[in-house]
Amino acid sequence: MTSTTGDSGGQIPEEVAEFLVESYENLDRLDQDLVTLESDPQNHSTLSSIFRTIHTIKGTCGFLGFEKLEKVAHVGENLLSKLRDGVLIINPAITTALLATVDAVREMLAEIESTNQEGNGDYSALIATLSRLAAGEEVTDTPPPSIVEEVAPAAPEATAEPETIQTGASAFVFQRKAPSPQPAGSAPQPEVASEVEANTPPVEDNVEAAAVASAPREEVSAVAEAKVDHDKEKVPAGSSVSDANIRVDVGLLDKLMNLVGELVLARNQILQYTSSQTDTSFVAASQRLNLITSELQEGVMKTRMQPIGNVWSKFPRVVRDLALSVGKQVAIEFEGRETELDRTIIESIKDPLTHLVRNSVDHGIEPPEVREKIGKAREGRLVLRAYHEGGHVNIEISDDGSGINPEKIRANALKKGLFRADQLDKMSERELVNLIFAPGFSTAEKVTNVSGRGVGMDVVKTNIEKIGGTIDISTNLGEGTTFKIKIPLTLAIIPALVVAAGGQRYAIPQVSLVELVRLEKDQAAVDIDSVYGAPVCRLRGNLLPLVYLCDLMGTSTAKIDDDAVNIVVLQADERQFGLVVDSVVDTEEIVVKPLGKQVKNVDVYAGATIMGDGKVALILDVMGIAQRSSVISEVRDRKLKELSTSNESESVERQTLLLLGVGDNYRVAVPLASVDRLEEFSPDVLEWAGDNQVVQYRDSIMPLIWLSSTLGVPAASDPDIASIQVVVHSGHGRRVGVVVDRILDIVNVAMNLEKVSIKSQIMGSTVVNNRVTDIVNIDEIVQDALVSFIDSNEYALSSYGG
Amino acid sequence: MAVNELTERQYCTFYLDGHFLGIGVKEVQEVLKYQYMTEVPLADAEVAGLINLRGQIVTALDLRKVMGLGPRQGKLPMNIVVRSDDGPLSLLVDEIGDVVEVEKESFEDPPETLEVSFRHLIKGVYKLQEKLMLVLDLDRAVFSLVDA
Repeated sequence: MTSTTGDSGGQIPEEVAEFLVESYENLDRLDQDLVTLESDPQNHSTLSSIFRTIHTIKGTCGFLGFEKLEKVAHVGENLLSKLRDGVLIINPAITTALLATVDAVREMLAEIESTNQEGNGDYSALIATLSRLAAGEEVTDTPPPSIVEEVAPAAPEATAEPETIQTGASAFVFQRKAPSPQPAGSAPQPEVASEVEANTPPVEDNVEAAAVASAPREEVSAVAEAKVDHDKEKVPAGSSVSDANIRVDVGLLDKLMNLVGELVLARNQILQYTSSQTDTSFVAASQRLNLITSELQEGVMKTRMQPIGNVWSKFPRVVRDLALSVGKQVAIEFEGRETELDRTIIESIKDPLTHLVRNSVDHGIEPPEVREKIGKAREGRLVLRAYHEGGHVNIEISDDGSGINPEKIRANALKKGLFRADQLDKMSERELVNLIFAPGFSTAEKVTNVSGRGVGMDVVKTNIEKIGGTIDISTNLGEGTTFKIKIPLTLAIIPALVVAAGGQRYAIPQVSLVELVRLEKDQAAVDIDSVYGAPVCRLRGNLLPLVYLCDLMGTSTAKIDDDAVNIVVLQADERQFGLVVDSVVDTEEIVVKPLGKQVKNVDVYAGATIMGDGKVALILDVMGIAQRSSVISEVRDRKLKELSTSNESESVERQTLLLLGVGDNYRVAVPLASVDRLEEFSPDVLEWAGDNQVVQYRDSIMPLIWLSSTLGVPAASDPDIASIQVVVHSGHGRRVGVVVDRILDIVNVAMNLEKVSIKSQIMGSTVVNNRVTDIVNIDEIVQDALVSFIDSNEYALSSYGG
Repeated sequence: MAVNELTERQYCTFYLDGHFLGIGVKEVQEVLKYQYMTEVPLADAEVAGLINLRGQIVTALDLRKVMGLGPRQGKLPMNIVVRSDDGPLSLLVDEIGDVVEVEKESFEDPPETLEVSFRHLIKGVYKLQEKLMLVLDLDRAVFSLVDA
């Protein structure tokens, strides 16, 4: 042990410092708990709390490599576990021994704090006592002076470390009071301890003590009041770890946070006002205000933020213990430990996360033998990942285990009577898998004592939803399962991009912002295109799906200068899309405020904020927009999958159809094979040839046929006058353009043609995407049209050879 | 007379499409003139917009839409901010009336002549000296929207 000089022994690693702060707090509580427990031995919650604390300390010091401390904590824990299991009943001897343990731990912590070493203290006597107590040996009813229990036996053998003066003094007192040490194992009486405290040595004793200070007596502090040492002479010049931290009421922090939020808004208002001012001193003052506010805001935010690693730190142990008990091998990995979350959120995700981790080990990862058989590494892999995305914090828990079998889920749900068979039949695989969150559901074939303890996944889901989060599963049978928890950042101040569309401003969290693209009119005409009826933009060789914010919101565009297109490229999940806005206004720090329940259900908003001018602006939820505009949608994914894996062995004839919209609400389709090209013409290029409208196309004249009039369908009420969509068909030695109102999609469907219409141009009707669609015989239409066209234009066309 | 009893009998009154309605003063937080509102596209039709109420964002519901009445012509609406479990909520009305005191004895069930869609949102009627005041059932008319 070091002397009283109290130099802090160099740098303490951050994780050690955290451990110290946490442990000191816990130890203070332990003292209280132990005393409470003595007066109320049946109090299980107190006992569990004590057990947990010692357990935590033990676990952490094992991790940090403090072996001696771990050993002491370990025997203490053994004793406590006996108490907890009811094998032993607490008695004064046990309490005293436990208090001695606490003191020993505290002493070692102090040593670690000042030197980053555990010190050379010998705690074998204490360990022996604890072990004996744990073994149930009767060690009570010994004479009172047993206070020296740890002190005396150790004293002769102890060497090396000169104790601090104060501690030395106390030790001296003990020795005087109990000159003949009792054999170790006798339990000190608490009364004696307090007596000792009361008998704090007078000055002479101190002097005397100083004289004997060099005498070996290191076990002393196991009983001595280490706290006294701290509070008085021993306090080093630099403040100790525990002094540098205070506990603050979270309510107070919340209030501070709110006030800072208000301050930020006021600052924004002043800044806006400043921009129109010329008074330099006023401008300077407001700039200072700006800086200070930013720093204050950052500081207050930090007080509430904690890295998620704090919660994760206990998982290696949890996983290890659990894996051992169920005979599995699991390695746990972490990504994004430093991702910070609001403290209250950290608290509330602790339990759900633990449950999910246990669940993955217990149900997800297979036993080593099974893994080996199917060609996986014997050791399973569990990855915890945390990251910020789109104004949310995502936490993923993935394992490379067996995955979730939707069939099993289905069978189980049916067996448990949670759903009827016909309901289950309608569910997609994804929906089936999500049933594990249904109350009263457990897929484990055998209920282990680990998971399946009645706290089901439904509780996990409820807890996460309570803090406004969502949980989602993606699973691949045989490959593994990933749980994705998405937690919103309410109460937070975030940098945002402010855009305008339809006369309104919207804020977009910058975390989901990828880039801003501005296309001038000419460029836009080239780069913006339509694929399967969905607008896309060619961006550096890739096709970027576009979402027009005005269209999405159903507001009319307030754009006046129609010469450029502003695209905000956003990241949603793993995909990017472009949000077309009227203009990009500014970047600004915004305070995220929650929306009232009446608007919360609109998935495209993440919240609202107050802008510099005092008006409210909505914050866009990038994921919500992507989903609503089906940039990301299960349906589309499924369709694409269907397209790519279209079944050749299918008995029904499958055909690829081009879906077209005619009139307001009428859908037709033509076999894609009969389509030459899809073109778009400006109305300006239409010309007349005789009675027919034509366009010049590829050095020839192409007659146009309006499909709506051919089929006798009323024309669309709001035709797109800016462009004309044309399906080019070649047949009979000539190209003909069939004008339609909309080109919708290309689908691959099983053709079950039913003849409903008597029109000769309709080959039949089928159902495509849940809508009745007429299949048009484009060849016949074109032929009919050509006949009349050629009749009336024979002369006009004679010089062109078709 | 105890303050409690007095406030129980006081109603904040307002006009809506020719109807004279009242809300218990205890449920009213404040009354405001027209405030700038930010529209919320894609939200339910009743949601007129969001108001900045001293730094707090408050949803404004158009009471005409809530009650199934026709659109407001010309004049700008006034706000009656009521307290709900979900924080304050602003109701847009045509015009604000006085705070009136009513006698218990003058209470009656909603008249049968009112249209059903409107009547079930009315708790009852107080016969005041010069006119009838319909008591708005906030729970049904407004707070139930929250759960919908």
